[in-house]
Amino acid sequence: MATKSEISANPAATTAPVSLSKEEILRYSRHLIMPEVGMEGQLKLKQAKVLCIGTGGLGAPLGLYLAAAGVGRIGLVDFDTVDSTNLQRQILFGTKDVGRPKIAAASDRLRDLNPDIEIDTFETQLSSDNALDILKDYDIIVDGTDNFPTRYLVNDASVLLGKPNVYGSIFRFEGQVTVFGYPDGPCYRCLYPEPPPPGLVPSCAEGGVLGVLPGIVGSIQAAETLKLIIGAGDPLVGRLLLFDALAMRFRELKLRKNPDCPLCGTHPTITKLIDYVEFCGIRGEEAPAPQTSVPEITPRELKARLDRGDDLYILDVREPHEYQICNLGGHLIPLGDLSKRVNELDSSREIVAHCRSGKRSAEAVEFLQRAGFRKILNLKGGILAWSDDVDPSVPKY
Amino acid sequence: MPVKVIIPTPLRAYAGKQESVELQANNVAEALNGLTLRFGDLKKHLYSDDGKLRSFVNVYVNDEDIRYLQKDQTQLRDGDIVSIVPSIAGGAHN
Repeated sequence: MATKSEISANPAATTAPVSLSKEEILRYSRHLIMPEVGMEGQLKLKQAKVLCIGTGGLGAPLGLYLAAAGVGRIGLVDFDTVDSTNLQRQILFGTKDVGRPKIAAASDRLRDLNPDIEIDTFETQLSSDNALDILKDYDIIVDGTDNFPTRYLVNDASVLLGKPNVYGSIFRFEGQVTVFGYPDGPCYRCLYPEPPPPGLVPSCAEGGVLGVLPGIVGSIQAAETLKLIIGAGDPLVGRLLLFDALAMRFRELKLRKNPDCPLCGTHPTITKLIDYVEFCGIRGEEAPAPQTSVPEITPRELKARLDRGDDLYILDVREPHEYQICNLGGHLIPLGDLSKRVNELDSSREIVAHCRSGKRSAEAVEFLQRAGFRKILNLKGGILAWSDDVDPSVPKY
Repeated sequence: MPVKVIIPTPLRAYAGKQESVELQANNVAEALNGLTLRFGDLKKHLYSDDGKLRSFVNVYVNDEDIRYLQKDQTQLRDGDIVSIVPSIAGGAHN
């Protein structure tokens, strides 16, 4: 178990002695009357410098609680703009912020919450070129990102700079939280030496997130960050906290420092930042290879052929809950069930397969071609493109 | 030994949507083997082509990582809980 922190929340005492104004004493009175924080802890908070990477679902409660608690300097890194699908969980933003850069909306909100603190904004994508430079001025790094390349980058940069990395990640209704990069504690690579290969990341059929989940996980990250700063309690070091919101259950697993870790082990082989996109493989929703190799039909062509009265059989390979959102009246067989239910299809008829964006249905077309179907087309761009090009009344999701 | 294997959210789609599976196994290898026999689709998510447990999937017996026990030869006792814990990146995925 790691010893209690000597995190450099107290920067070299060369600056003028810090104190709280009368207004600050009132603002933080519920901290000050609690001995675990008290004046000493509140002054540590005021002197602390925390970098929040990502201002989305995890970064929102994190930023709000750190600002509210009086963390003196908060850095925000994000390059995204607010869109309406963010509002279901990213509680830093309001409807009026849709279309604004997240950094601008987030810093406005935090400055409104607490005008006494400094907010640094980095409207950029964290990369191997800028990470060390951005991270170096902060005491604690908090990882609220949403992709593997950035997570390995944040981990490696934190370890190379000797800074704790408060980690949280989420998937649908399940979260993981821990503190990496602590002296003698494990790092992300000790837990997971490598990311999943691109082909095994969940498809959009399995995506989504319960809106409150990042709120809970991000709040736990905030609690750990505040504890590290004031040096109170037991930090979540060497422990991986798992949270399942459906079962409403927390579990804790032991997390050990791996002596063979290529980054923080006894004989490290990673001594500088690497190319993280290459390390994690090229990934993303639009895997180009299968999509270009299957026969396609555009939404406009499909509409024209249906209007002509051509005999086309529409096959929808999405999940039943997606069918309920919107559909083209097709026959529903989820991609995962296709091999078992292929006998429901008539190979003598011409079939047009579709999904949401065209990726799953491309897989379905490939599968059916291998199964001997000859007259099979993939609806290019899926139901999203149908909504854009043919029927705007079909909702997009 | 009767043991329980907890299936993580990202892998439930390949395990009949179940949260956990009860099965008989004397060690971790038997437990995972029993699981992939029952749910064939799980196999490629747990093992690489050379038959090794994937490096973004960790397996725990109760709260201990099997990498620091006897790996897949870790013995199981009656009522042990085997957890499969893959890395998740977070975010809402599009």
